[in-house]
Parts: sequence; structure tokens; C-alpha cells
Amino acid sequence: MKNHVWRPLFVVLGLVAGILLFRLVYVPADFGTQEQGYTFGFHRLGNEQEWKDYPAKYKNNSYCTECHDDKVKSWEASAHAIIPCENCHGAAFGHPDKPEKLTIDRSRDLCIRCHAKLLMPSSGRNKIAGIDSEQHNAKTECVECHNPHNPSLEDM
Amino acid sequence: MKRRDFLKNTAVFVSGVSISLSALEFIDPKELLAANPKLRWGFLVNTYKCVGCGFCVKACKIENDIPLEAHVTRTWVERYVMTKSGETIRDCPNGALAGYTSKLLDENASGMRLVPDEEITQAFFVPKLCNQCSTPACVQVCPVGATYQTGDGVVLVDRKWCIGCGYCIMGCPYGVRFFHPIERVADKCTFCYHRISKGGNTACAQACPFGARQIGNLRDPNDPVAKAVMNERVGVLRSEYGTKPNVYYIGLNEEVR
Ligand code: HEC
Ligand code: HEC
Ligand code: HEC
Ligand code: HEC
Repeated sequence: MKNHVWRPLFVVLGLVAGILLFRLVYVPADFGTQEQGYTFGFHRLGNEQEWKDYPAKYKNNSYCTECHDDKVKSWEASAHAIIPCENCHGAAFGHPDKPEKLTIDRSRDLCIRCHAKLLMPSSGRNKIAGIDSEQHNAKTECVECHNPHNPSLEDM
Repeated sequence: MKRRDFLKNTAVFVSGVSISLSALEFIDPKELLAANPKLRWGFLVNTYKCVGCGFCVKACKIENDIPLEAHVTRTWVERYVMTKSGETIRDCPNGALAGYTSKLLDENASGMRLVPDEEITQAFFVPKLCNQCSTPACVQVCPVGATYQTGDGVVLVDRKWCIGCGYCIMGCPYGVRFFHPIERVADKCTFCYHRISKGGNTACAQACPFGARQIGNLRDPNDPVAKAVMNERVGVLRSEYGTKPNVYYIGLNEEVR
């Protein structure tokens, strides 16, 4: 056959080789259909491990027991025992190394998340003792009068 | 055909084929079903127990490095108030990051609104998060294979591979995806994959004082979540979309969308 027929074929073969080579270099070896098949599982497998290695910030209540057992004891016996320490004090991260102290939030905003009186008849909110934040000793921090680790009205 | 067109078409064809080459490896449907017979993460929300304190939203944002001040969140809590006149009012100020502390309902552009107590028939809170669908629409529309489903059924986003085109954000019928303001990629709830795959609890479920949120293994007949899904009257959101959600709700109303 004549030269002008062969020439484009070589170019095409070159293109094919080039693109395959690019793919080989650019697409990681672990990219492909994984467990969930082509439609939902087409991905880079290594990314699953990357997500598993994501750093956690929150610890849990039993971690605090090691060092703040006085607080834990009174909290444990109170109506607030269902509220994790870190909800009010923020995530532990590397506490007590970094940060050395956790935040102490004395704001009324913290307490009225649960105690602001709303009428929610089809929800657990109605079972929590509610106050009207504008009426109930407004402008004073709740913890001036109530102990957050033991909110019992008798022990006030 | 012109020679130029021929070369162009070949280039397009070859690139297309080479991208999907890895699809040819194995696509046996039986193998897919059996992929992970022992583990399938599912979530149970009890709307009766939720009090709208918003600690789950706060915990999620801190745990997953979503800026607190940004108006995007992986999980949020909606408030539903229904009146005697048959009206349903829904609000969700800033995703309920600071909880619900006022009777005023946030009607966005039309301002705040007070519904008198005696007008209220039902009122409750509904926590929302990614449904980790069995047939996720968001995954199907991804043009680059950056979002996917793991063997245990969690939909994740590969941050190195995502090009930020936003198709998945549009594709999700539940609106749980958003554009991460710092990472500059699509972002969504991961069921705290880093915590649950090490035997821990999700940050939101751990933060919930009332046990309104629970994660569990739907394939384990002794798991409390699997039991509830089997024995209780549970519902899922927007089943008409056919995405087969894996977040189950106790106490769902038809008004909840
Ligand atoms: C290894 C011991 C240790 C553990 C575990 C620990 N802490 Fe601490 N924490 C400390 C020390 C030490 C301080 C600094 C005390 C000080 O300076 O008065 C501190 C300070 C604090 C403060 C601030 C007190 C203040 O007076 O400013 C809070 C709040 C706090 N911790 C909460 C927690 C919570 C919640 C946990 C559980 C997630 C926890 N801590 C776990 C050792 C610990
Ligand atoms: C309902 C929210 C709440 C919960 C739950 C809570 N705290 Fe506190 N905590 C507070 C507040 C508010 C203060 C500040 C009290 C004050 O100033 O009188 C405080 C103060 C503290 C302090 C330092 C102040 C002091 O008196 O020495 C420590 C340490 C502490 N909490 C540890 C804990 C631990 C550990 C837990 C879990 C067992 C816990 N807290 C649970 C709200 C909470
Ligand atoms: C996560 C929700 C939540 C938060 C936040 C919370 N509480 Fe409570 N509180 C409860 C629950 C639940 C009870 C027990 C049920 C009841 O009696 O209302 C309770 C009980 C109380 C009581 C006793 C009420 C009674 O009639 O015996 C007081 C007082 C109280 N809390 C004050 C506070 C203060 C002050 C704060 C802020 C530091 C606070 N609470 C934060 C949920 C919460
Ligand atoms: C000046 C002191 C003071 C301050 C500040 C204060 N309280 Fe009280 N609170 C009381 C006293 C005294 C009672 C018991 C008598 C009563 O019911 O008024 C009480 C009762 C309560 C009750 C029980 C109500 C019931 O019906 O059983 C709750 C809940 C409560 N307070 C929450 C709060 C919260 C939340 C804040 C902050 C937003 C707060 N308090 C601030 C003194 C205070």
C-alpha cells in the first residue's frame, strides 16, 4: 500500500500508546472497581484507609474519670449524667497535653439549649424542666446558682 | 472522513476506553451482593427522643473539621411545628448548631414568627444526615470516580480525586452534600468512618444525651439498630427516589420531607 495510508495508522498507534502510557503513570494502581462494582464502587482503594486514619477529636467520659474523678462522681449521680462531659467542655483533642485546659462555658446559651421552655408535645423536649430565659433570673449566669455537675434543686 | 477527523476521533475513543479499562476487571453481580456479608452500617434516629439541643451538630462540625461559622454542615436538626389550621412550619436556623432556644420560628425572608401555644397540635425535631443509600444517586453522577461506596456501605469522597464539579451536590435528593469551604471539594457525612471502623461511635451519636441517634450493623441480627429496623415501625425519607436509604426513623410523619 501507499505511504499516505500507513502514515495516519502510525500516528494512531502512537496516540494509543501515548494515552495508555499517560494512564499508567497518572492513575494509581489501586484505582478500579472495588467491592461494590462499577456503578458504585469505582474508586481509589487507598482512599478508604485515608478516611480511616482521619484524626479523632472526641474521646469519651471514661477518659475524664482518670483525672477529674471528683467532677465525674457528682455528675454520675445527677440528672445531668446523660450529658457527656465534652458536650459542655468541648472536644478533648490531646488534653491535658494539648490543650492544657478545656473550655469552661458559663454562658446561659449552653443551658437553654435544653432548658428553654418550648411547647413540643411530640418530643422529649417537653419532659425537661423548662424556664423562660427572659424571666428566670435574666442576666445572671445559671451556674451562679445551679451546679452543672449536680443540678438537683434540693442540693442548691 | 477527513484524516484530521479520523485522528481526532481515535484519540477521543482511546482515551474513553482507557479510562474505563479497569471496569472490565470483574463485574459479577453475585460477587457484589456477597461483597461484605457481615457488615453493613445503618443508622437509627428516634424523633421522639430528640430535644433539639444541637449538640450533635456541634460535635460533628468539630470532629470533622467543618468550620463552625460556615453555613454548611454534615448533619442538622429540623424543627416541625403543626397548627390546628393544618399548617406545617419547618425551620432550621444555622443547622441548629446552637440548638433551639426560642419559640420564634425562623421563616427566612419573611422574618420570625410566633405560633401561640394553644394553636400547636404536633411539634417535634428531626435530625438529618447522609442516608448512605444502597443505590446512591450522588455516586452514579460522579464523572471521575471520586465518590464511591465502601464494601460496608458508606459513601465517601476521595478528596485527592474530586474535581469539585458539584454534580453530586445537585444529584443528592436529600441535600446532604455541600462544597467544603477549605478543602475545596465536595463533602458529606462519612458516618465518622474513622471512628466506627476502629470500634467507636459516631461523634453525633456519642454526643446525643438522649440516645436519639444510634449507629449499628444491619447484617447482625443481635445489633440493637438491626433489631429496631426489623421489629419497630420505622420509615425512611423520600423512598420514592429509589435510592434505598439506610438511615431509619422512628416516629416519621408524612409532613417530614
Ligand atoms: C491525664 C489527666 C487528665 C484527663 C484524662 C483529663 N484532664 Fe482535664 N485537666 C487536667 C489537668 C492537669 C488540667 C489543668 C488543671 C488546672 O490547671 O487547674 C485540666 C483542666 C481541665 C479543665 C479546666 C479546669 C480549669 O479550672 O480551668 C476542664 C474543663 C477539663 N480539664 C475537663 C476535662 C474533660 C471534660 C476531660 C475528659 C474528656 C478531661 N478534662 C480529661 C488533666 C486531665
Ligand atoms: C451541663 C454541662 C456540663 C457537663 C455535662 C459537665 N460540665 Fe464541667 N463544667 C460546666 C460548667 C458550666 C462549669 C463552670 C462551673 C462554674 O464556673 O461554677 C464546669 C466546670 C468544670 C471544671 C472546672 C471547674 C472547677 O470547679 O474545678 C471541670 C474540671 C469540669 N467541669 C469537668 C467536667 C467533667 C470531667 C465532666 C464529665 C463528667 C463535666 N465537667 C461535665 C458544665 C458542664
Ligand atoms: C443536654 C440537655 C441539657 C443541658 C445542656 C443542660 N441540662 Fe439541665 N437538665 C437536663 C435534664 C434531662 C434534666 C433532668 C430532667 C429534669 O428534671 O428536667 C436536667 C435537670 C436540670 C435541673 C433540675 C431541674 C429540676 O426540676 O430538678 C436544673 C436546675 C438544671 N438542669 C440546670 C441546668 C444548667 C444550669 C445547665 C447549664 C450549665 C443545664 N441544666 C444544661 C438536660 C440538660
Ligand atoms: C439567681 C439564681 C438563679 C439563676 C441565675 C438561675 N436560676 Fe434556675 N432556679 C433558681 C431557683 C432558686 C430555682 C428553684 C425555684 C424555682 O423554680 O424558681 C430554680 C429553678 C430552675 C429550674 C427548675 C424549674 C422547674 O420548673 O422545675 C431549672 C430547669 C432552672 N432553674 C434552670 C436555670 C437555667 C437554665 C438558668 C440559666 C439560664 C438558671 N436556672 C438561672 C435560681 C436561679
